[in-house]
Amino acid sequence: MTPQSSFMIVVPIASGKRDAMDSLLESMNLAPGRVDPHNPVIPFALFDELHSARLLIIEANTAEDILAYDTEVRHWTPSLALLGEVDGERGQFLARLAVVASHGLATLFALCQGFDTHQGSMLSFLQSHQTNSAADYVNWRGRTVRQVHEEARLQRFLAERLSTMLAEDGHTDVRQIRQQLLTSVQLEQQTGRLTLTPEAPTSWRHWWRNALHLISLPVILLLLTPVLVVVLPLALWRLRKIEKNDPDIDTKSTLAHIRTLSRIEDHDVSNQFNVFGDVKPGLFRLLLLKSVMYIVSYAARHIYRRGYLARVRTIHFARWVFLNQNRSMYFASLYDGSLESYMDDFINKVAFGLNLTFSHGVGYPRTRWMIKGGAELEQPFKQTLRRHQLPAAVWYRAHPGLTAIDMARHARIRRGIEEYPLDNAQIRQWLSEI
Amino acid sequence: MNDQQTVEFDDIQALARFAHGHLQDSCFLLLSVIDRHAAGRWLQRANIATAGQKAELPDTAVQIAFTPAGLTALGLPEQTLMQFPEDYLTGISGDESRSRRLGDVDHNAPALWQWGHHDWHAVHLLLLLYSHRGSIGRFREEIADKGFDSAFHVCHTLPTDTLSPHEPFGFKDGISQPRIDWQHTQRTDVHAREAYSNLLAPGEIVLGYDNEYGQLTPRPLVSTTSDTHSVILPPAVDHPGYQDMGRNGTYLVLRQLQQDVSGFWKYVHEQARGNATLAEELASQFVGRQRDGKPLVIPTVRNIPGISRKQTDNHFDYDDDPYGFQCPVGAHIRRSNPRSGDFPPGVSGFWSRLVSTLGFNRQAEQQDLVASSRFHRLLRRGRTYGAIHPQSAETDKEQGLQFISLGANITRQFEFVQSAWSISSSFAGTREERDPLLGHRRALDNGTRTDNFMQADAAGAQRKLPSLPAFVTVRGAGYFFMPGLRAVRYLGKMAEQNPDGATPNGDEPDSAVISEINSSSSVAGRP
Ligand code: HEM
Repeated sequence: MTPQSSFMIVVPIASGKRDAMDSLLESMNLAPGRVDPHNPVIPFALFDELHSARLLIIEANTAEDILAYDTEVRHWTPSLALLGEVDGERGQFLARLAVVASHGLATLFALCQGFDTHQGSMLSFLQSHQTNSAADYVNWRGRTVRQVHEEARLQRFLAERLSTMLAEDGHTDVRQIRQQLLTSVQLEQQTGRLTLTPEAPTSWRHWWRNALHLISLPVILLLLTPVLVVVLPLALWRLRKIEKNDPDIDTKSTLAHIRTLSRIEDHDVSNQFNVFGDVKPGLFRLLLLKSVMYIVSYAARHIYRRGYLARVRTIHFARWVFLNQNRSMYFASLYDGSLESYMDDFINKVAFGLNLTFSHGVGYPRTRWMIKGGAELEQPFKQTLRRHQLPAAVWYRAHPGLTAIDMARHARIRRGIEEYPLDNAQIRQWLSEI
Repeated sequence: MNDQQTVEFDDIQALARFAHGHLQDSCFLLLSVIDRHAAGRWLQRANIATAGQKAELPDTAVQIAFTPAGLTALGLPEQTLMQFPEDYLTGISGDESRSRRLGDVDHNAPALWQWGHHDWHAVHLLLLLYSHRGSIGRFREEIADKGFDSAFHVCHTLPTDTLSPHEPFGFKDGISQPRIDWQHTQRTDVHAREAYSNLLAPGEIVLGYDNEYGQLTPRPLVSTTSDTHSVILPPAVDHPGYQDMGRNGTYLVLRQLQQDVSGFWKYVHEQARGNATLAEELASQFVGRQRDGKPLVIPTVRNIPGISRKQTDNHFDYDDDPYGFQCPVGAHIRRSNPRSGDFPPGVSGFWSRLVSTLGFNRQAEQQDLVASSRFHRLLRRGRTYGAIHPQSAETDKEQGLQFISLGANITRQFEFVQSAWSISSSFAGTREERDPLLGHRRALDNGTRTDNFMQADAAGAQRKLPSLPAFVTVRGAGYFFMPGLRAVRYLGKMAEQNPDGATPNGDEPDSAVISEINSSSSVAGRP
């Protein structure tokens, strides 16, 4: 299995360069919300291990909300973020990126702080600004860009073959149909027009790291049991107390803000989503959020690794990142469908999950016990998400037009080719998915 | 049920409860206010039909709805106006992104509309008139008296027809509607309704009552101190000291949809290679019902709250047909109401809910792909137009549907159904197709065509009908607010007393108060 990894380079924008940055980023698009995959700044299409990438300016539009806690506004310099998901190790990708896009990256970073005085290589600049996630979710761990492309091509080939076969004469025997399809696939493979690369072996290093991570949570829980028995009730009591004292902050988004966001939405079957906001003040909140993040990261790595994030199946990638010395949090995702249906899923399917992870943010609708309330308050919830949302100036996907459900179906179609034997009912099911 | 939830039928416009089915003729007018003072007077004396029960059915009915420009023309202060939701304020054609989301592109693009785009700023009111067959002309003259003429200019008279049970393609329409739970018999709670129910909370249609989330949808509230006219409005149940301009009101979505009837039948006959029975079958698969309204799936044995078992043409859901063998998943009625519950079929009770919520209910692979229906229902009140009479020689006359739907939240209801379900090329795991009746046929950016129609077949491979032409073209559309009766009077009074265009009283509530109202209105009452 080839594991996926994420990267995120965050660099503060130099003062007075904001407008130049905006127009440089805009130059990477064919039209708003539609990237030029071969744009000269970062020619994304050249990276065949890159699933998706985006560039955005992270800025603190809602920084003043924290005044409701009688806390000073936390300073944050608007920063350029370049982030994405790749197959294999992050280090290898960044090394290639630094070479292939060195010129374009230099023009981007020239508008940022610290680049002109940076001594080392482009790679070392990238590495020194790499910001790790607190948790990463991947829809299907191990599914590579290459696999997605190959399986999509396989499905298209089979669909075309199948429809010509059915048009030619009234085939009725499903076994015969399947046999003919298999033969055509073999022929096509021999000519090299169709490839189905077998899964790469899992590296020992990855296997060990994963296994250690897998047992970490049970071990920690076991070791800490005596402490937890004492601490947990106290923590819950404290949580409930601060929940009750949280101020209600929800201002509406301006029409202009909504317009800016929707301008780049719904051009394809998938959309990008970014939110940024402050973490509620206090050490207790921070510790709580850190523990929740640890659990989320654990669940994403070991439980929700095959097409599901709890009940939601439309999210390709998601990540939670602490910024500004743990004072702020950034969340990014790539999902299928429209924002309204994404939020519908949040509220009606995984409100508890949203509450666990987002209720620590300033301005989130009031929760009860970190699980109830919050996202269940439909309008305030939608409003707060929209208000904390940031537009991605540029975003790229290696496989536009494909939803996560499509990819899972394509993988099943492929399995139906490689697995023998199937009974008649299974063949019918297989044919219907083509 | 507390008092605040008791539905005030006498303050609600009748259309939210009745379709005026006995009033077969109608006339829809788009009006512009030419004299604010006169308009205010006319509004105060207008005899608007209400939802209260009458001893006998009325002979005529008038309903009124407003555009944001109309509210401004009548003198509604900006601070109040800006409390309306973004969808209503921006309008259906006011933002390219919205048009894209709704599929108003290519031949449906607002730039090509007959009304609702170029002229939208000048449209202030929508007047819906209903009367008995043959008497609509007379009724319209009666309405358009001197007071009316000095107040309004008629920008557009939308075509309408004598009510017919069939829409122009020939299918029986108006069979399925949500049943409004006026008595609040059903619980509203976020994750509580496992299976499909046809009962719908009043707050989903009328503002000021609990919606399906058990919450109040945000709506404009006015303080009595800053606006003295507002005393005639109902008090805001969740904000002491404020009056509720939204209560008993609803949003009305109007779309004039031209139907290419001959193109529709020509296509299915071609696909059926002239076999009339097959053509009929194909057409019914597009809709999800036969022409006479008989659904393609068999009635369910389960109980569906809000639909009587005797109503065999509507007592069904799609739980037993996950793959679309009986009714294609992409059929119009399946897309516009998938009849889904909060959980996939078979989930019932605490444990199975928990298993499903945590994402471990993998049996339901195919069945958990759509949102729960109850948050996305439409109350349809459309009327057809341009019927071609068999004797007439006209064949190229424009005909179609004046589609009207009512709801308390345009984005969550009409826009969601239209964009996430109807025209989506990935609705419920479907691909390469959009609503066969409504959808535009534009390909995806990566070149994938979406002008197909897929028919699942239990015998194996799906059948694919390629190259569907577009059968429906949008000719005009708009979002309107249809206020409660007291709110209409309030607007009338405001207009009458401020003929010069000044905002009432001049002193404006400060913006902090407004944002406070905006934000907490839907949470109030809940600790
Ligand atoms: C010219 C355009 C249209 C035609 C010809 C048409 C036709 C039909 C027909 C024949 C039915 C079946 C009758 C029934 O179940 O009551 C139906 C149902 C329905 N239509 Fe349409 N329709 C059109 C536009 C729309 C639009 C624009 C929407 C909303 C976006 C919509 C939403 C619905 C809904 C919600 C149902 C009821 C589905 C159910 O509850 O099972 N329709 N339509």
